[in-house]
Amino acid sequence: MATWIEACGADDVDAEDVIPFEHDGHPYAIYRSPADDYHATDGWCTHEQTLLKDGLVMGHIIECPKHNGRFDYRTGEGKGAPICVNLRTYPVKLEGGTLYIDVD
Amino acid sequence: MAVVRDYSLLGPDGKRAIESGLAAAQWYRTSVPRKRMKELMQRRDGPAIRDTAIWLALLAAFGGTGAYVWPSWWALPLFGAYGVLYGSASDSRWHECGHGTAFRTRWMNTAVYNLACFMIMRDPTVWRWSHTRHHTDTIIVGRDPEIISMRPPKLFHIAANFLGLFDVPTAFRHMAVHAVGRLTAEEASFVPETEWFRVYRTARAWLVIYTATIAICVATASVLPAMLIGLPRMYGAWHHLVTGLTQHSGLADDVVDHRLNTRTVSMNPISRFVYWNMNYHVEHHMFPMVPFHALPRLHDEIKGDLPAPSPSILAAFGEFVPVMLRQRTHPEAFIERDLSSWAAAGDTGGANPSAVSAATTMDVS
Ligand code: FES
Repeated sequence: MATWIEACGADDVDAEDVIPFEHDGHPYAIYRSPADDYHATDGWCTHEQTLLKDGLVMGHIIECPKHNGRFDYRTGEGKGAPICVNLRTYPVKLEGGTLYIDVD
Repeated sequence: MAVVRDYSLLGPDGKRAIESGLAAAQWYRTSVPRKRMKELMQRRDGPAIRDTAIWLALLAAFGGTGAYVWPSWWALPLFGAYGVLYGSASDSRWHECGHGTAFRTRWMNTAVYNLACFMIMRDPTVWRWSHTRHHTDTIIVGRDPEIISMRPPKLFHIAANFLGLFDVPTAFRHMAVHAVGRLTAEEASFVPETEWFRVYRTARAWLVIYTATIAICVATASVLPAMLIGLPRMYGAWHHLVTGLTQHSGLADDVVDHRLNTRTVSMNPISRFVYWNMNYHVEHHMFPMVPFHALPRLHDEIKGDLPAPSPSILAAFGEFVPVMLRQRTHPEAFIERDLSSWAAAGDTGGANPSAVSAATTMDVS
């Protein structure tokens, strides 16, 4: 069953950017694409313990700030070394200017 | 009593670093507003395309005219320049393109990365992973595979590598090992098994190229083909050693603050071009996402929180060479930077070079 958690306002995220969100001690990363759709993933990079919130969003790619590992934040797919494990993604919905994440 | 350091990646110091939390630790980073950092991280193709075009054009010009006047003495300066562009500029191109920051366009990074790896004789896969570890565990003994200046330093080894005398035979030995489908035990400790096939494939391709080069040398009874492919990694290696030694030599090991173990150096424009701005080395380690062309701006942004740069390559050597000489008998000796002195300067929002130099002392306890 879906567990929708209120994460932030839609305008809190700039276009082509990422912000952090924490729930139950678990970090998430929330993205807004250049086309203004929203996505969410785990907050930690899958390579080492680095938070993706400080990374660079380019199109649909988030680049990790530590070793420049890249993921497609829509699918979580790792895009080559040093990423060997994909990133977990979470459904996002936008209601009345607020973003919700299904953290289940 | 002197503490004996074991720099092998499979030895007790590496294990100790993991147990003590030194490995994969959280490192200090100067605070930069997200908006500004996003500007600094932006990727562009323009600067790297311009520099790569100049680089390749100069290689063609010096290599071509050098070959044309070969074997007259006129070839000497021409191959001198060709060698540095081949055996040293490839080091920084390997580095920047390996981070994926040089170009905005992915395939351009990959293409220049592979070319530079061939020139500098570093397997693209092994060295990508080795450099990843260097960034995770910078100058952590037993963890960082890219420490040039150990304690005590291997001075003969370092000096010989100004002509690639250790690096090149090692590169060929590894190529042979890889070509028969193996990695060294150390390489296997940081390269995931899923990547090993790439290493074997590259080694086989490179060996074909080098064998063909040697065959042409034999067939033409001339060393000229090897002067163009392979040998410049030796006679042109000196510049990348000069700049590479400035990065961490003489500074602390086993710390988790790049301001303590890394050096930024002001350099002449030619060395900056060859080295692709990696003289801003503290800045690069703190923020590896910032491309080479934005490092001067990053430096201006955070210099108040960093030690003052060495004013020149010569000044940097003047700082660390005496320490390295001392480390032969006193491995504990290192250049100790006192964080408190310039953290205060950073708090006031401006660099205070004199405070930093005053705080830079040689610890020989
Ligand atoms: S921690 Fe993210 S790429 Fe290494």
